[in-house]
Amino acid sequence: MIKIEKRNDVSPSIYFLTPILAIFLTLFGGGIIFYVLGFNPIEALKFFFITPISDLYGFSELLIKATPLCLIAIGLSFCFKSNNWNIGAEGQLIFGGIVGGGVALLFYGHDGFYVLPIIILSGAIGGMIFAMIPAILKTYFNTNEILVSLMLVYVAKLLLDYLVVGPWSNPEGFNFPETRQFSESARMPILFDGLRIHAGIFITLITVFLSWLILYKTYLGFQIKVSGLSLKTAKYAGYKGKTMIIIVFMISGACAGLAGVGEITGPIGQLHRNISPDYGFTAIIVAFLGRLNPVGIIFASLIVALTYLGAETAQIFLQVPKYTGQVFQGMILFFLLGSDYLLFFKIKFLGLKKNEL
Amino acid sequence: MSFDLNFIGILIGAIMASSVPLILAASGELITERSGVLNLGVEGMMIIGAISGFALMVITDNLFLAVIGSMLSGLIISIIFGVLTQSLLTNHVATGLALTIFGIGMSAMIGKNFVGIPGKEFPLLFVNLKENVPFLGPILFGHSIILYFAFLLPFLTNYFLKKTKIGLIIRAVGDSPTSASNQGINVTLVRYSCILYGGAMCGLAGAYLSLIYTPQWIENMTGGRGWIALALVVFATWSPIKVLIGALIFGGITILQLHMQAVGLRIPVQLLSALPYIMTIIVLVVISRDSRKIKLNTPTSLGQIFYKEK
Repeated sequence: MIKIEKRNDVSPSIYFLTPILAIFLTLFGGGIIFYVLGFNPIEALKFFFITPISDLYGFSELLIKATPLCLIAIGLSFCFKSNNWNIGAEGQLIFGGIVGGGVALLFYGHDGFYVLPIIILSGAIGGMIFAMIPAILKTYFNTNEILVSLMLVYVAKLLLDYLVVGPWSNPEGFNFPETRQFSESARMPILFDGLRIHAGIFITLITVFLSWLILYKTYLGFQIKVSGLSLKTAKYAGYKGKTMIIIVFMISGACAGLAGVGEITGPIGQLHRNISPDYGFTAIIVAFLGRLNPVGIIFASLIVALTYLGAETAQIFLQVPKYTGQVFQGMILFFLLGSDYLLFFKIKFLGLKKNEL
Repeated sequence: MSFDLNFIGILIGAIMASSVPLILAASGELITERSGVLNLGVEGMMIIGAISGFALMVITDNLFLAVIGSMLSGLIISIIFGVLTQSLLTNHVATGLALTIFGIGMSAMIGKNFVGIPGKEFPLLFVNLKENVPFLGPILFGHSIILYFAFLLPFLTNYFLKKTKIGLIIRAVGDSPTSASNQGINVTLVRYSCILYGGAMCGLAGAYLSLIYTPQWIENMTGGRGWIALALVVFATWSPIKVLIGALIFGGITILQLHMQAVGLRIPVQLLSALPYIMTIIVLVVISRDSRKIKLNTPTSLGQIFYKEK
């Protein structure tokens, strides 16, 4: 007979080991899917997860994709830790990109060290303001932040579309839906010759450190954690819930906005319709896989970034669609959430009792 | 552009056709949400339905099998969500999101060999009446059987939820799983059934797109309709009849956009496309501001995990 019991305490080692279990299960599941589709699973997985990072250029590409994912996920961890479901990071990223890109176009042709910092700052503020919409509606009108933040993703996408097709489109661009290429002063410095890895990675690393500081060393971080564990306790302790909700959304929006501005001043260098391959949604997986922990999120962002790169490589070598990466991203989250069951419940195998025989 | 009656009739017919996938998916999701489960995987289940329906049509050359198969595959993919949220007690939001991401990826992988294959003509009903009756003809006649079903579905759903015992049980489970459970109702079973039903309806909505609306397979062809369907349920404050009205408004905006592009009006199309989303936010604010109103309409336990100590 099998008995299932609720665990009273969760051991921290299992807590960080289940994500690794989830990754192995995903590889296994992916192998099966490749086999069913008629590929040699070992070879297909090799193309997916090893070939892309077998040289220095590939590794730099991995870091380029991990940079925004990590940054957004760090921001989301503030929201998720305090039970605020911001799932509109994609919209905040795009809006940050729009504001940053607008400033970059304003400074078109300007030289000066101050240009890039102003663009970055305005991108962060853009994302922050956009994230404040669901936060304010939640705190003052009691609306569901999941739905509002999600709806705003589409609003941001359409606004970007309008701008790059209409008023901001490149005057010499033959009506292509894109802006001018930003001036050199508005671009993230490239770190190594021949690689695309740019200074945006430092913004991410600094943010990771700051978020660790806030979450684990400040009163605000303590409040966030308590509110996440028990809203009643938080209220009893007299925490101002409304202010905290707005602050976590602001942090999360600013991070997403930074990620957006990092993309357009980094690898892209202009605004066009597709400035993000759904980084804002994928970062939700990164945040969960990293257990909402700053260090965990760094590792998780590298793994999830690999699914993006792997899909690109597999598209070339195996002729599978680029969306294949999403199969792996979805599976990781499925397995991770599923294996959490082991965390919170004990499965006991008991011998059959006499009266049952 | 002539504003004769027949043209308006054709326009209304087109609006109705474009609202069908929204009605089907939203009606399914409405039942799921009424039982207290928030499944954000609508888009993923729709696209799986779209590719399975199309693939089955190509392989078996039988439209009936294709439609049934698309519903089954929507149902099967929703089992993943059911097992995770109901048996393994995972977070609804994260699981649904994973389902959408997974579904889009999976459909593209399955659909790889079906890109560029032309679809088959889906039989339309009362075609001769459509031609011969002015104005009302294009509105009432010449549609597929799925469209007629979709327009009936909100009324059936309304009757089912309000007048039948099972409907009452579903609402009880959604509003207070603990007391329903104390009454001897198997909450998990009810929620599983509602999730599977929602999956089947989303599958059908997808099949409508790939078999009838634009009869072919295109990667990511649902194009965010699943998310609109989710918004629609909220927009309708969980009432099936309002889902129908909302779907017609949302579908109308889609068609209006196409025509404005053709006519060359100066309002940006993107603004029109954004309207449904902005309107949903406004409706949300209006219904949520009054806590009594939201309590009247929203399934109280929506998105919460129910665990019964055994």
